[in-house]
Amino acid sequence: MVEFWWSYAWPTLWIVIQILFIVVPLLIVVAYLTYAERKVIGLMQLRMGPNVVGPFGLLQPFADALKLMTKELIIPTGANRVVFLLAPMLTFILAMVGWAVIPVAEGWVLSDINVGILYLFAISSLGVYGIIMAGWASNSKYPFLGALRSAAQMVSYEVSIGFVIITVLLAVGSLNLTDIVLAQKDVWFFIPLLPMFIVFVVSALAETNRAPFDLPEAEAELVTGYNVEYSAMAFALFFLGEYANMVLMSGMTVILFLGGWLPPLDIAIFNWVPGIIWFALKVSAILFVFLWVRATLPRYRYDQLMRLGWKVFLPASLLWVVVTAGAIVVFDWYPGVVN
Amino acid sequence: MVIQALAFYLFAALAVASGVMVISARNPVHSVLFLILAFFNAAGLFVLIGAEFLAMILIVVYVGAVAVLFLFVVMMLDINFAELREGFLQYLPVGALIGLILAAELILIFGAWIVAPDAEQTLTSPALPLDQVTNTHALGRIIYTDYVYLFQASGLILLIAMIGAIVLTLRHRPGVRRQKIADQVSRRREDVVEVRDVTTGGGA
Repeated sequence: MVEFWWSYAWPTLWIVIQILFIVVPLLIVVAYLTYAERKVIGLMQLRMGPNVVGPFGLLQPFADALKLMTKELIIPTGANRVVFLLAPMLTFILAMVGWAVIPVAEGWVLSDINVGILYLFAISSLGVYGIIMAGWASNSKYPFLGALRSAAQMVSYEVSIGFVIITVLLAVGSLNLTDIVLAQKDVWFFIPLLPMFIVFVVSALAETNRAPFDLPEAEAELVTGYNVEYSAMAFALFFLGEYANMVLMSGMTVILFLGGWLPPLDIAIFNWVPGIIWFALKVSAILFVFLWVRATLPRYRYDQLMRLGWKVFLPASLLWVVVTAGAIVVFDWYPGVVN
Repeated sequence: MVIQALAFYLFAALAVASGVMVISARNPVHSVLFLILAFFNAAGLFVLIGAEFLAMILIVVYVGAVAVLFLFVVMMLDINFAELREGFLQYLPVGALIGLILAAELILIFGAWIVAPDAEQTLTSPALPLDQVTNTHALGRIIYTDYVYLFQASGLILLIAMIGAIVLTLRHRPGVRRQKIADQVSRRREDVVEVRDVTTGGGA
């Protein structure tokens, strides 16, 4: 019995505790991201944003959540019930599981796997299934059109994200996320790889279906796209999943290009601040850019979106992979390669 | 070890079950979704034998890209299921015959299967010591260093296949107006706006 406890029950319990320590703060961040979005865009448009529920409207996310929980869940008669209900769950779960490999500070990671960045890439490439299943299962024209657009868009931009990841890997020599962050001790990768940083941030916007690439839910054309037929908690899961994906993509940007939990300068005052604070600050900065872009730019037209993905980003990122690889070979900058 | 064994049987059973569902599901979209589940379980099996790189690539390539396209195509098809089942009994004998021939061939092949003589040795002493390098490094060494020409050749074959597919489907339609970004960007005010002095009553 004692052996069972120490070799099976306790490790399982410990992992569950760790998961809770990741998921609960993450959900709070997601809730306040929706608040921040409304507040930031409100201020940018000379409005107040939410300011009624609680001081400065701070309880607004909880009011919204309670409202969505108590509403009726409507399943359309023509819908494919199982897939219809599976889609929002999948979106939400995929947005959560990515955090299993993200190191928020040195050693603060649930699972420090060798192929961390590939795992993240795989998880983010699965996000399209939630949307495409929702669109198909709704059995309705606007959701279906939104889902098809989204599928095409996400597949297109994944290609350039893949090349960006390859460039970073060339500079690091490892697929492990902790190694990627530690390789940026001297200089954060957004300086030597600036074009790739820009490609990645723009592709992250497209991958999370955010403005100016929010064509799957272009409200003027498609009502709201793939989630038209959803209500109550199913809709809330889509909403949470979408915002959690934004946080995940920001986390990925920070780890790949902005030095993860590392302070901007390796000096005493900065080193006193715990790594997780730096990580949170950087993620918040990227999230602010997400919101700022939404308040600033008009939506792309669909053919312009596809042109940008296939005719601009794909050749540019491919070229940069070749340039980076060439520079590493010519100047003998091989990162710690195991021979 | 108990956990590993349990995980293995879980993944393996789910993979086989979803494989069966792929061919027996009534709705083709459900078939594709079960195919994705099968891919996932195969990736799980890869992780169990320590091939985490292959597992991730399996998900990125097959689930993240290929299966999306499958799903895309299957969703767009307008299939009438009643019509599909109509000729079932009529085609059954031919189908059964083809199935039998294939099964016989498979049995013959497996009967004559000889394990490569150096496979045993490769298993016991891999080309690179796997306790020192990750399997990503080991795969990279083997593919890009030892077998680089074969790798390049397979890449070229894929490239040719891609070009072939594009050539077959590309057609130039006349009368399509496309946006030319360069033209728009290089447009100057002087080229398009002209200021005219119009005398009163002298216009038109």
